[in-house]
Amino acid sequence: MSIEEIQNEIVEEFSMFDDWMQRYEYMIELGKSLPLIEEQYKTEDNIIKGCQSKVWVHAELEGDRLVFTADSDAIITKGIIAILIRAFSNQKPKDIVEANTDFIDKIGLKDHLSPTRANGLVSMIKQLKLYAIAYQTQLN
Amino acid sequence: MITTNLDIETIRKDFPILKRKVNGYPLVYLDNAATSQTPKQVIDTIVDYYSRFNANIHRGVHSLSQEATDAYENARKKIQNHINAVEPHEIIFTSGTTDSINLVASGFTSFLKKGDEVLVSAMEHHSNIVPWQMLCERTGAILKVIPMNPEGELLIDEYAKLLSNNTKLVVCNHVSNALGSINPIEKIISLAHEVDAAVLIDGAQAAPHIKIDVQKLNVDFYTVSAHKICGPTGVGILYGKEEWLKKLPPYQGGGEMIAEVTFEKTTYADLPHKFEAGTPNICGGIAFGAAIDYMNSLGYEAIASYEKELLEYATEELKSIKGLKIYGTSQHKTSVISFNVEGIHPYDIGTILDKLGIAVRTGHHCAQPIMDYYNIPGTIRASFSFYNTKDEVDILVEGVKKAKQMLS
Repeated sequence: MSIEEIQNEIVEEFSMFDDWMQRYEYMIELGKSLPLIEEQYKTEDNIIKGCQSKVWVHAELEGDRLVFTADSDAIITKGIIAILIRAFSNQKPKDIVEANTDFIDKIGLKDHLSPTRANGLVSMIKQLKLYAIAYQTQLN
Repeated sequence: MITTNLDIETIRKDFPILKRKVNGYPLVYLDNAATSQTPKQVIDTIVDYYSRFNANIHRGVHSLSQEATDAYENARKKIQNHINAVEPHEIIFTSGTTDSINLVASGFTSFLKKGDEVLVSAMEHHSNIVPWQMLCERTGAILKVIPMNPEGELLIDEYAKLLSNNTKLVVCNHVSNALGSINPIEKIISLAHEVDAAVLIDGAQAAPHIKIDVQKLNVDFYTVSAHKICGPTGVGILYGKEEWLKKLPPYQGGGEMIAEVTFEKTTYADLPHKFEAGTPNICGGIAFGAAIDYMNSLGYEAIASYEKELLEYATEELKSIKGLKIYGTSQHKTSVISFNVEGIHPYDIGTILDKLGIAVRTGHHCAQPIMDYYNIPGTIRASFSFYNTKDEVDILVEGVKKAKQMLS
């Protein structure tokens, strides 16, 4: 599936919920399915800056696809990064770089998008895209 | 039922923001230790200033300038009376506590030499650590730390041992922002003076709860931020004993702080203007005065006694939640509760509480050394003001229970 198709799928899943509490409960559930980063990659270098909780992300090329793994010490943050990774992992770096992230707004996480918000959703998206840019250069 | 002389429901009507809804819920504002809310008496003062006599102060010959100057200087006197300073010029307007501390730290550059010591407590806000570290880097002085115990109390015996003839400066907060502990500053000041060290007390967290008497404390420097005591943001004061303020060199150069300027030499203005370069936050200073009037109209004794009851009630109720741990359990505390729930990141709980309209602070509260001491990433901090109610404590407790259920 393309990034856009996955994003649409996520938006559809979240549209089933009536209130924020159900959405957050679902997000917490999704956090449990996050492809976990291997302990050896949980280094200072792999911590995303700008988050009040710790978020580690690792990226690796498999063929022409970029695969992300991650973890966080906060559950809600883990849910957020799980949603991002579901959309962006196993995709071509070029597609990740070009992908838009409007779906975050559509699933009711808009308030996490503020650049001053301490959970750093913006920093997470930026970091995933930076990895994609780096690997795209490598592939070229 | 909490007994109090304060009519809390009427007081709440003074604060327009308390009528707000957040995320569909009535706002429960428990982040008072970061910024207190503003009563209409202070808001009206701000509107009045810009509506009637907004002008630059001290230099104008026209009436508006004179009126603005009178109001600004009147605010200085109100603050002087409030903290019982001897002279109005011992009150220096700054942009807040951080600015006040940096002013003193900058001035001490010329007083310290290699091997001199600056003592700082283990429970300081970063703004009462970093300026002193920078001072030590500039001068070769050594920064030493007054330790604390797990209850969040400073170890005064250890402090006494750290004092020596090398100690030139002792800095400490009156009340810890992260734990709420009220420090025994009378003792800290008198011991420091025995070795002729100067003392700066960061009073940012004390001023909303405790009536300060700088003469009785015999403190050399004391700092207050307006936005923590119902005043506007971006203004505060440095109190300094006249003898110290005379000795300290100017902090910033500019207008207002000069007596005479030629390209060969500039002479500086007298106190307090020596430390007030440029156009100050005139409206902020005047509104700070109005905030002090407001606090005194309620009375500090009534405020302290009501907040103590709120603190005790909230502490008991929160403790009934299984796995909840409170950091800072000193017998002498202001109405601040820092806590964590076992196995749950403070950020997660703060996020859920926000969705429920409850404003708390999460994180390290700009006091990372305290978090390192407890080996935790941060805490959830609920800080209560006199306009908070027992019902709001109940909403907080229910919110934490809800968050715990969702996150476990």
